Amino acid sequence: MPYVVERTPLTFAERTYLPQILGGLKTTWKHLFSPKVTLEYPEERPTIPPGYRGVPTLVKDPNGREKCVSCQLCEFVCPPKAIRITPGAIPADAPTANVEKAPQAFDIDMLRCIYCGLCQEVCPEEAIFLQNQYSLSGYSRGDLVNHKDRLYELGGTLPDLHFKWDKKRAAEQAGRAQH
Amino acid sequence: MVEFWTSLPLFVQMLIKGLAVIGVIFPIAGASSMAERKVAAWIQNRPGPNRAIPFWFRWVPVIGPFLQRLGIFHLMSDGLKMLFKEDPLPGHVNKVYFILAPIVAVTLAFTTVAVVPFGAYLNRGGQVVPLMLANVDVGILAVFAVASLGVYALILAGWSANSKYPFLGSIRASAQLISYELSLTISVLPVFLWINIPGGDGTLSLARVVEFQSRAGFWGGLWFVFLMPVSALVFLVALFAETNRLPFDMAEGEPDLVGGFHTEYGAFKWALFFVAEYSHMLVGSAVFTLLFLGGWNPLPWISLAQFAGWLGLEGSPILVGTISIVIFLGKVLGVIFLFMWVRWTVPRFRYDQIMKLGWSGLLPLVIGNLIVYALAIALIQK
Repeated sequence: MPYVVERTPLTFAERTYLPQILGGLKTTWKHLFSPKVTLEYPEERPTIPPGYRGVPTLVKDPNGREKCVSCQLCEFVCPPKAIRITPGAIPADAPTANVEKAPQAFDIDMLRCIYCGLCQEVCPEEAIFLQNQYSLSGYSRGDLVNHKDRLYELGGTLPDLHFKWDKKRAAEQAGRAQH
Repeated sequence: MVEFWTSLPLFVQMLIKGLAVIGVIFPIAGASSMAERKVAAWIQNRPGPNRAIPFWFRWVPVIGPFLQRLGIFHLMSDGLKMLFKEDPLPGHVNKVYFILAPIVAVTLAFTTVAVVPFGAYLNRGGQVVPLMLANVDVGILAVFAVASLGVYALILAGWSANSKYPFLGSIRASAQLISYELSLTISVLPVFLWINIPGGDGTLSLARVVEFQSRAGFWGGLWFVFLMPVSALVFLVALFAETNRLPFDMAEGEPDLVGGFHTEYGAFKWALFFVAEYSHMLVGSAVFTLLFLGGWNPLPWISLAQFAGWLGLEGSPILVGTISIVIFLGKVLGVIFLFMWVRWTVPRFRYDQIMKLGWSGLLPLVIGNLIVYALAIALIQK
């Protein structure tokens, strides 16, 4: 709704600037003693809000199985081509042999990553997440490539209770088509 | 000790005194720059510089962290950086004048200190003797004369840099300094009309002004800031303009002039301009304190002599002198705090507003003020 602002001519006191300057001095005087708002970073850390998208990490399920099945969808979707996966087979005698594949190597080049979150979006296994890690530094380009062990170290365990592959195996053993 | 001092040749005495005063002013000018950053931070709800500390000082229990929070070591490292970094001399400058400009700036800034009294002591006869390097009778005139030469440093710096921003900065700065000098000078005239009683010795000495603010009686003990508020206000405003402080910092005006007249300077030459600016502030605040805030008198109606009498210190001139210097420096630092406080309160004026305020605001005001006070003083002291 447009409206007209009344522009009254300045009074004499206003034209001397002095009352306004004194008012301003009062305001700044209050700020001189008010609590400081600075977060003194290395000693104090910010609280990370839920939904924060930090460094992408890999997660394990509560049984300690790595969730990634190296389908390479994240590698294909990654816009800056930061992810590089070398797929590998799971040995036939392993308890999770029915998953068939797991990454042999999983590298995320953090110099390329743009934190877009498409890898998390596209992952069918809920294996890759952008988590709370926000501080990233290294002495060389190599330091800034997160390898598989580092990615699991950062990622930890996802407390979901789907156990998709256990159910699949149980269904297979019971001769059902679906779990 | 006193005998040894008086046995020294006059030349050596003056040299030691001069070096002592400069040895105080240089650190205060440096400390002001840190105070500036701290006050700025506090007003903006920040803690300010509080990181630097030499590793061995961390072991001192309470004082170490306290000084670290105050940013004392930032000040030292900044000063050392200015001394040791490469001193660039751009190829396009007029070298002689380029090097001359900061020397002129700092020399003039320190020269004004010589005629400003900064304390007093009581001699054997109970008289108040001011402490100053050169007790010349032209006092305020010498301060104005030397301080206004400071504009040459700006002009030299801006012109010799052969670059457009310093040039524009120095033109603006010199126009501003010249405009506000009139108001500054006229605003102190009522003070000197008042202290030059008909029949007495004519004087422009700053020490005499303080003497006049420490007389007995209601009117005698009143500081001139209460007696002549308009003069004090105009003097203060003009002082802001003369020292190129916000809201009048046309000479720098970072948003439109990069760095103003010293854009092309770096390292120690730049630091000299910096020290000169803060010394101008220091001397300006000192003159304001002497003229309007009662100099080294602790409170209105309580003179230094009375104060020393209550403490029973008449017999020890060194103690009284120290107390007077502390009181005086306290007031001066208070005025400097005001400079910083105003800096973070009032935004910069536009150039035309500065000129309008100077020529059609302050100048008629001080002339009117002078006429009113001249008539009043003529009636009172006839």
